[in-house]
Amino acid sequence: MGRKILLDKIHIPDIQTFKVYKDNGGYASVEKALKKMTSAEVIEEVKKSGLRGRGGAGFPTGMKWSFLDTKSSNPRYLVCNADESEPGTFKDRYLIDNIPHLLIEGLIVSSYALGANTTFIYVRGEFKQQIGILNRAIREAHENGFLGKNILGTSYSLDIHVQAGGGAYICGEETALLESLEGKRGNPRLKPPFPAVKGLYGCPTVVNNVETLAAVVPIINLGGDEYAKIGIGRSTGTKLISACGHINKPGVYEIEMGITVEEFLNSEEYCGGVRNNKNIKALIPGGSSVPILPAHLITTTAANTPRLMSYESLSEGGFATGSMLGSGGFIVFDEDACIVRNTWNFSRFYHHESCGQCSPCREGTGWLEKILHRIEHGTGKLSDIDLLDSVAKKIEGNTICPLGDAAAWPVSSAIRHFRHEFEFHVQNADIVKDIKHGSLSKYLKKNFSLNSIY
Amino acid sequence: MSHENKIDHKLHEVTAGEVRFSDETLVRVQAIIARYPVGKQKSALLPILHIAQEELGGHLSADVMNYVASILKIQPIEVYEVATFYTQYYLDKVGKYVVEVCRTGPCAMCGGEDIADYLERKLAIKTDETTPDGLFTIRRVECLGACGYAPVMQINTEFHEFLTKEKIDKIINDLRAKAHEDKPKDAKWVEKFF
Repeated sequence: MGRKILLDKIHIPDIQTFKVYKDNGGYASVEKALKKMTSAEVIEEVKKSGLRGRGGAGFPTGMKWSFLDTKSSNPRYLVCNADESEPGTFKDRYLIDNIPHLLIEGLIVSSYALGANTTFIYVRGEFKQQIGILNRAIREAHENGFLGKNILGTSYSLDIHVQAGGGAYICGEETALLESLEGKRGNPRLKPPFPAVKGLYGCPTVVNNVETLAAVVPIINLGGDEYAKIGIGRSTGTKLISACGHINKPGVYEIEMGITVEEFLNSEEYCGGVRNNKNIKALIPGGSSVPILPAHLITTTAANTPRLMSYESLSEGGFATGSMLGSGGFIVFDEDACIVRNTWNFSRFYHHESCGQCSPCREGTGWLEKILHRIEHGTGKLSDIDLLDSVAKKIEGNTICPLGDAAAWPVSSAIRHFRHEFEFHVQNADIVKDIKHGSLSKYLKKNFSLNSIY
Repeated sequence: MSHENKIDHKLHEVTAGEVRFSDETLVRVQAIIARYPVGKQKSALLPILHIAQEELGGHLSADVMNYVASILKIQPIEVYEVATFYTQYYLDKVGKYVVEVCRTGPCAMCGGEDIADYLERKLAIKTDETTPDGLFTIRRVECLGACGYAPVMQINTEFHEFLTKEKIDKIINDLRAKAHEDKPKDAKWVEKFF
């Protein structure tokens, strides 16, 4: 059994309530931080822990906090990003459902460290149940003196508010989130200035993911050095992985960083292997935005070393033979999955979710969707495959926010590793045009599956 | 900065056409506005549009949006541009139950599109249409953030997971059976905003 420090208590009945949570050691980090530590000492522990942003970018959290403009006379804000919308990712929802007070506790300690007296949790509008759960947790914390004026008799005061979004993937990008929180369309801002200098209402602001802020609790309880011993290399601590797709046991798992992909995928403790005794065809290890990995690069890297669940190992080989840990959205494709159809699906998603601000993304995502649609539906040309790659390359790096990159990477990587499937679709239009959803191989002649065309 | 934000006009005197929140709701609206610093009441726009949609007819008509603009003392265009940007605000009339089926990657891989097709056949309407009895609207939406429980759909506030045709039959039949006793739409979660 791997070590758990975030989800270790979720099996205790009624842990969602303040009383049970507190009776089981909850809110200890608030007492420790507010009564025995200065805010600078809290930040120092987070730096020592090596904690990296859990929302997808993997930026060191302590460093992000140290960028906060402390000279400004404006109020400071902490904003918790709970706009979880990356396809394949559902870990924050799980954490809020099962142990909401862990997030509230992390928010109090983090807000104290940053000197914020008002903190917002921006939750995607679809998560109405989770908004209700958080509001209840906040009310309980208030009633017990952990929120409001003079928390635990100290001079520190804090209010936490839950803000509902309106249904827009782009609001997970931190500056789009701030725009949305200000009551506007979610159009990402040009950076610099970064939110640490000019964020919410032009004030210094830190935006962190739910899991990142929850991880501050064990960091303060254990100490930064002790936390840094968990994990491997610069991937310290534990990570929540939300596993889905064609596996036996989809769900959210807390892993110690550095276990092998092989163990995570096949052991009974985690995913339990590929569904229906099939073989794996591909893996997207970090949410739909990261490059797809073909079967031979999943459990081993190109250098033939075991692939590990860590920031470094998953990106080993760069985009040529690697991918990214991203948000931890682990999507497994079995041998019957159609890569072209899935790539088209994701392109449609990014086209739908593009805010429309930058031309390369607004137009380019539409072109990707259109070209992929015709390849998938049997009216594509061979030259379309290179055209796709070319459009993707022209979006990448040419937009204000990373949504452009997120739309381009899955397409480029799918062509890089599965070009034969795209070619198959073009050359066998009569077969593919009649197939509606999903599996292609069952329509093909015996011993002639997509995996063995070439 | 103070969080005693109060809008200086009297909210209960604001109307647009026939549109007006109940007194009870106005208290909640005022509480939401009070979360933000003075002069930043526009931050309340998204939550208040959710409440307006729930309480004032199930979708955002021009009158409703103008009313929200007057409450927040912002221009109507500032409300329109937000209402048209986010997918959860309905600009046209929808059914009592809005059935939103996830169609993105992991759900699609696990039969999400078949589920949506089956719903269309069962309710005899197409996506984005409403049944003649005004009960159901089908929408195909992007990732609902519940990929491990695919295929997934959301009906108003409730998520339904690991869907099969049999489950759909039961869900739809149950909703039909209790439709007459429910208040129009499930307004419970709006309470939970506080």
